[in-house]
Amino acid sequence: MTQGFLKILVQLILLLAVSPLLSGFIKKLKARLQTRRGPGLVQPYRDLYKLLRKGMVLPDTASWLFHATPYFVLITAATAGLMVPMLSAEAPLGLFGGVLAVVYLLGLGRFLTALAGLDTGSSFGGLGSSREMTISALAEPAMMLAIFTVAIGANSTSLSEIARAAIGQQWRFLAPSQMLAFVALFLVLIAETGRIPVDNPATHLELTMIHEAMILEYSGPYLAFIEWGAAVKQMLLMTLLINCFWPFGLETSWSFASVLASLGYLLLKLMALSCVVVLVETTNAKMRLFRVPEMLAVAFTLGALALVSTFLF
Amino acid sequence: MPAAELLFNAALIAYVLGAAAGLFLAAGPARARFAAFLLALAGASLELVSSALACIQGLNLSWSLPCGVPLFSWTVRLDPLSSFFSLALALLGVAVSIFSFGYLRDWQGRKNIGILGFFYNLLLLSLALVFTASNAFFFLLAWEVMALAAYCLVSFEHEKEETRKAGILFLIMSHTGTGLLLIAFLTLASIAHGLDFTSFHGLASTLPAWQSGAVFVLFFLGFGVKAGVIPIHVWLPAAHPVAPSNISALMSGIVIKAGIYGLARVCFDFFDVAPLWAGILVLSIGVLSALLGVLYALMEHDLKRLLAYHSIENIGIILIGFGASMMFHSLGHSNLAALALIAGLYHTLNHAIFKCLLFLAAGSVLHSTRTRNMDRMGGLIRSMPVTSLFFLIGAVAISGLPPLNGFVSEWLTYQALLAGFGTTHSLTRVLFPLAGALLALTAALAAACFVKAFGITFLALPRSEEAETAHEAPFSMQLGMAILAAACVALGLGATWFLPIFDPLTQQALGLRISSELLAANSFALTAGSPHSGTVSTAGIAASLVLISLVPALLQLAWARRARQSTGPVWDCGLPALTAENEYTATAFSKPLRMIFSALYRPRREIQAEYDVSPYYPTAIRFESEIEPAFEKHLYDPLKRRVLALAGRMRAIQAGSIHAYLAYIFITLILLLLFGVRG
Repeated sequence: MTQGFLKILVQLILLLAVSPLLSGFIKKLKARLQTRRGPGLVQPYRDLYKLLRKGMVLPDTASWLFHATPYFVLITAATAGLMVPMLSAEAPLGLFGGVLAVVYLLGLGRFLTALAGLDTGSSFGGLGSSREMTISALAEPAMMLAIFTVAIGANSTSLSEIARAAIGQQWRFLAPSQMLAFVALFLVLIAETGRIPVDNPATHLELTMIHEAMILEYSGPYLAFIEWGAAVKQMLLMTLLINCFWPFGLETSWSFASVLASLGYLLLKLMALSCVVVLVETTNAKMRLFRVPEMLAVAFTLGALALVSTFLF
Repeated sequence: MPAAELLFNAALIAYVLGAAAGLFLAAGPARARFAAFLLALAGASLELVSSALACIQGLNLSWSLPCGVPLFSWTVRLDPLSSFFSLALALLGVAVSIFSFGYLRDWQGRKNIGILGFFYNLLLLSLALVFTASNAFFFLLAWEVMALAAYCLVSFEHEKEETRKAGILFLIMSHTGTGLLLIAFLTLASIAHGLDFTSFHGLASTLPAWQSGAVFVLFFLGFGVKAGVIPIHVWLPAAHPVAPSNISALMSGIVIKAGIYGLARVCFDFFDVAPLWAGILVLSIGVLSALLGVLYALMEHDLKRLLAYHSIENIGIILIGFGASMMFHSLGHSNLAALALIAGLYHTLNHAIFKCLLFLAAGSVLHSTRTRNMDRMGGLIRSMPVTSLFFLIGAVAISGLPPLNGFVSEWLTYQALLAGFGTTHSLTRVLFPLAGALLALTAALAAACFVKAFGITFLALPRSEEAETAHEAPFSMQLGMAILAAACVALGLGATWFLPIFDPLTQQALGLRISSELLAANSFALTAGSPHSGTVSTAGIAASLVLISLVPALLQLAWARRARQSTGPVWDCGLPALTAENEYTATAFSKPLRMIFSALYRPRREIQAEYDVSPYYPTAIRFESEIEPAFEKHLYDPLKRRVLALAGRMRAIQAGSIHAYLAYIFITLILLLLFGVRG
C-alpha cells in the first residue's frame, strides 16, 4: 500500500515537474530552428510561478463551472498521466484504467474546458469550443484504430501490458502494422496537443486559434492550472507514443536503479520525439480549419491499414 | 406465494387503480393528479422491489393472472431478462411519477389531467406486462395497449398541428411494426402448436434456414420500429419531443427499450444460436444508427428533438453490444458473447436512466422558459442551479465520460469488440475494430453535442426574455431528477458491485455466468475476462481525482492564497457591451461539423439583405438555413407516393354500392372454404 502511494507520488512529481520543461524544450528548439534565440528552457516554470501569484480578472458572465474547470483540467490530466507507464512498465494507477480510461479522462477535461469556453458568453469562447470539439471528435476514430492495433498485439488495453509486450519484442516497431499505427497516432498527437499544422499554441489571432480561444478569459492561477494541465497532457501523450512503440530502456520493475535508468531513457526519447514534433511544426504552415479533417482522414486510413496489416504480416 | 410475485401483482393492481382514479376523478384536477400519480408511484415502487428481488435472487417465476377473462392464459413470467427490464421500468416509473406532481400543476385548468393520469398508468401497466407476458397473444395485447396509450399521450396537446402529425406518424409506423410481429409470432406458434413463450424457446433455430431468416427479419423490423433503429426511426424524433416532458422521458427512457427487450427475447431465447449474418446485420445497423443518430442530433437546436436523436444513437450502441454478442455466440465464443451481452444490457439500463434524467431536466427548462428552442435560452445555470447540475450529470454520463455509468458500458463494449478481433479468424473480424472506431467517433460527437446542449442552454447570457425570467423547478421535480442522477453516479462508481446482477441473465441467455471473471483486485476493478486484458475501476478513478485535487489545492495555498479576484466585463472587441447577440448559438456551434459532413446533410441556406443606400449598411437581413432530411425525402416520400397511388387505384373497387360489397364477401367466403377444404 505504501509502496503504491510512493509510486504514485514519484510519477506525479515527475509529471508535474518535467512537463513544463518539455514545453520549454520544444519552444527553444523551435526558436533555434527558426534562427531565433528563443526563451530559456526554464521559462515555462517562471510563467507558471508568475501566473500563480497574480490576481485574477473573472468575467462577470461566468458561473461556477468557469471556476471548477481549471482544477479539473489539471486533475484529469494528472490522473490520466498516472495510468501511463513512464518509469517502469508497470504504471502506478494501471489497475484503475488502461488506454481507454486515459482517452476518456482527457475527454472529460476537454468537455469541461469547452463548456467553460461557452460560459464566458464571448464569441471567441464559443468559437474555440466548437472547433476543439469538432477536431477532437474527428481525431477519435483514428486514435482508436491505432490503439486497437497496438492493443491487439498485446491482447490487452492495459498500458502496462502493452508496454511489456513491446519490451518482449524490441524491434517490432519496424513491422508495417506498428509503423502505420505510429504515424496515425503521431498525427493524432499533433491534433490533440494543438500544434501546427492543426492549431498554433503561440497565436492569439481570432481567425486561427482553437485551444487558446476557449481559455481566452482565464488569468492568474486558473490560467496556470490550465497551462500546466496542457503540458502534462502533452507529456503523457508523447510518453504513451514512446513507450508503446520504442520501449528501449524501459524496465519492468520499480527498483531505484531501474527507475533512474528508465528516467534517463525516457527523457532522451522525449527529446527525440520533440525534435520530430518541432520539425513538423517548422516545415509546415498552419492549415485552414477545413483542411484538418483531411489530415485526420489520412490518420484514420493509416490506422485502418495498420489494423488490416496485423493479420497480413 | 413468493414475495416477488405478490408484490408484482400488487403493482399491477395499483396501476389499474391509478388509471381508474385518473378517469373517475377527472372533474377535480388537483385530486386526479394526486390520486393517479400517487398510485402510479406506489405501483412503480412495488414493481421496483419485486423486480429487484427477482434480479438479485435470479428467480424464474411464472404464474397466471386471475383476471377472469378466459380469452387465453394470462401467463406472467418473471425470468431474469424480464425482471431486468422491469427493474429499469420501475426505477423510471418512480422518478417520473414524483416529477409529475410538480410538473403537471401548471397544466391544471388548461388540460384534462385526469385523462393524462389514466393513460400514464395504462402505459406503465402495459409496459410492465410487455416485459413479463409469457404468452404470444397476451404479449401482443399488452404491446398494442402500450402503443395506443403512448399514442394518446403523445397527442395530448392535440390542439397543435405538429403534435397531431407526429402522433399519426407514430401510430402508423407502430402498427406496421405490430403487423410484422404478428406474422412472426403466428409462424412460431404454428410450429410450436402453442402460444406460450416457453414453447418458443430455441424453436427458431430449428427451422429451415430461409424460414428462420424470415422470422428473424420480421422480428427485427417489428421490434426495430419501436426501438427507433435507422432507417425505421423517423417517427421517434417527431413524436418524442411533442409529448409532455414527463411522457417524453418515459418514451425515450423505457418505451423504446420495449423494442430492445423484444430483440433480446428473440435473439437469446427464441433462437438458440442466431445465424452469423443476423449478428452482422444487428451490429451494422447498430453502428449506422449510432453514427447517424448523433450526426442528426448535432444539427438540432430544439432541445427535446436533440435528445430524441440521441436515443437513436444509444439504441445503436446497445445494438452494437447485442450484435457482437450474437456473432460471438454463433462463432462459439460463449465468454465473449456473455461479455458483449452484458455490455449491451448495461447500456440499456444506463441509457434508460440518463436519457430519462435529461428529458426531465429538459422538461424542467421547458416548464420555466416555455420554449424548446435552445437559441432562445442561455444563462439558466444561475436561475436554475439544481436543474442545470442534474442536466450536467446526465450530459457527462451520456457522453460516456468517467467516472459515471455511460463510461462503464462503453468500456465493456470496446473490450468486447477488441477481444473479438483477437479471437476470431475469418475476415468478419475486421468488423469489430471498425465498429469500435466508429463507436469512438460516435462517443466523441456525442460529447460535442452535449457541450452544445448544455453550453447553449444553461451557460452565458440569456438570449431571450423567457430565459431571463426563468425560475427553478419545484421540489418534487428536483426530487425526481435527483433519484436518476444518483442512479447515474451509483451505476458508475458501483459498477463492480452491480455486475453480479447479470449472472442469471447470461445463464438464461447463454448458459454461463461470467461476472466473477469480470472482476479483479478484490472486486475493485472491472476486467474483460482476465486481468491481463485490461482493467478499469471507476471508483478508483473517482478516488484518484479527489486525491489528486490536492495538487491544485496545495498550489493555491502555497502561492495563490493572496491572489486578488476581481470581476470585469468580457472582452467584446471594443463594442459598447457584450450582449446575448455576441454569443455563439446552437446553429453556429455545429457549423464546422455541418460543413465537414455536408455530403450527408446537404445544407441549404439563403440570405437576403435589404438595404437603402449601400449594401454595406443593410436595414434587414433574412437568413434561412436547413439541412435535408435524407430519409424522409429519399425513402419515405416515394413510399408515401406509392401507397397513395395504390390507394387511388383501389378506389375503383370501393364503389360504395352495397351489392358490390356483398359480392366481395361472398367471393371471399367461397375462397376461404376452398382453402379450408384443400388444407
